[in-house]
Amino acid sequence: MKILISNASDKPLYQQIKEQIIDAVLKGELAEGDPLPSIRSFANDIKVSVLTIRRVYDELEQDGFTTSQVGIGTFVSTGNVELLRDSKRHMVEKKMQELIDTAKTLDITKEELNAMMDILYEED
Amino acid sequence: MDNILEVTGLNKSYKDFSLTDVSFTLPDDCITGFIGVNGAGKTTTIRTILGLTHKTSGSIKIFGKDMESNEQELKNRIGIVLDLDEGYFYDELTMDEMKSIIAPAYSRWNEKDYKEYLDRFSLNPRQKIATLSRGMRMKFALTLALSHGADLLIMDEPTSGLDPLVRSQLLEIMTNFMKQGGKGVFFSTHITSDLDKVADMLILIHGGKILFEQERDILLDNYRLVKGDNKDLNNENKKLFLNIQTTDFGFAGVTDKLSDVQKSMPDILVERPTIEDIMLAYIDGGQR
Repeated sequence: MKILISNASDKPLYQQIKEQIIDAVLKGELAEGDPLPSIRSFANDIKVSVLTIRRVYDELEQDGFTTSQVGIGTFVSTGNVELLRDSKRHMVEKKMQELIDTAKTLDITKEELNAMMDILYEED
Repeated sequence: MDNILEVTGLNKSYKDFSLTDVSFTLPDDCITGFIGVNGAGKTTTIRTILGLTHKTSGSIKIFGKDMESNEQELKNRIGIVLDLDEGYFYDELTMDEMKSIIAPAYSRWNEKDYKEYLDRFSLNPRQKIATLSRGMRMKFALTLALSHGADLLIMDEPTSGLDPLVRSQLLEIMTNFMKQGGKGVFFSTHITSDLDKVADMLILIHGGKILFEQERDILLDNYRLVKGDNKDLNNENKKLFLNIQTTDFGFAGVTDKLSDVQKSMPDILVERPTIEDIMLAYIDGGQR
C-alpha cells in the first residue's frame, strides 16, 4: 500500500491518510482480513502523530472499512466495498446526466459527445 | 484512553515569577512536548510535578493516583532526566558507583537493561562522572531513567546543548520506548525541531501560563503561514492573524482563519508553518 502525505495540500493529514487507505481497499490492494500496520509503527513511518493514525483507524471502523480486535490489531473488512462502489457509480451517473443536459442545450449530438468522451478518457 | 499524568490548577509563586493555574493532561501512548522559551516556567512545572518544589495549590495525578499521597509508589514508575546543569550526580564517583547509590531506590531495577543501555551508548561504567561530556552525561542520566521499568519518562530539556547526532539518538530511544505500549513521555524543550519529528501532543507555556495544549498534527493542520504585500493589510484583516511581522518588502503572519484571509486579500503566498512559527506567533500575539 502506498501512502503519500502532501504538505502542500489543504486537506488535514488524517483525511489524506484515510482517503488513501480507502482507495487501496477499493482498488483491491487491500483484501478482506488484511491487517493494517500497528498505530505506532505506521505513525513513525509516515511521520505523523499516533493520535492522527488513531483517528484514521477510528473513522475507518465507523465507516465499516475495518474491524478492530482489542490487543490484536485492525483488519480490513470489505463488506461495505460493494455498497460504496455502487454509490460512486451513482455519483458518476449524476454527473453524466448533467453533462448530457448541457450538451443537449448546445445541440451537441450523441456521437460528438461520445467522441469527446473517448478523447478525454484516453488522455488521463 | 487513560491519562498518564493529570495536572490541575497548579499555582506556585516566587518573588518575581509565578505559575498560574497550570492544568493539562497527558494521554497514554503519547509523546508530549512541553515547549516555551527560557524562563517560561517549564522547569518549575516539572519540578513541582515531581514534588521537588512545593506547590501553593493544585493537584497532580499520575496513573490516576494522587502524587502527594503515593509518592514512593509513583516515583518507582517514573524515569527522570533533569536539567544536566543542575548536577544531580556526584562528580567524583564513577558511573557504576553512582548507579549503586540510585539502583536500590527502585523496586524494579533491571541490571540487564542498565548494562545494555551503557553498551548501546558506548559508556564505560568505570569512568568518573566529572570527566563525562555533556552528551555522555545525558546518556548516563537516560540509562538510569530507563533501567527500572518506568512507565512514564519525564525529561527537562534533555536535548539542549547536544549535537544533532546525539539528539537524534535520543529521539530514537524515545520512540522505541513508546513501542512497548501503555507508556508516556513528557519532555520540555525549546528546540522545537525535535518535536516536529516525534511529538504527538504539544503544550505551550509562557510567563507561567499554559497558552495551548493540542495535538501536533491538528496544530499543523489548522494554522497557515501567510505572506503578502503590506498594502493589502488593514485594521480589519490584521485581526485574523495571531501575529504579523512586516518588513519593507512585505509581511508574514500566522493565521487559523485562512479562508477569511483569502477573501480579504487574494494575492498571498500560503505555507504550512513549523511548530516554531506557531509557538512564536502565540507568544508574540499574546504580548500585543
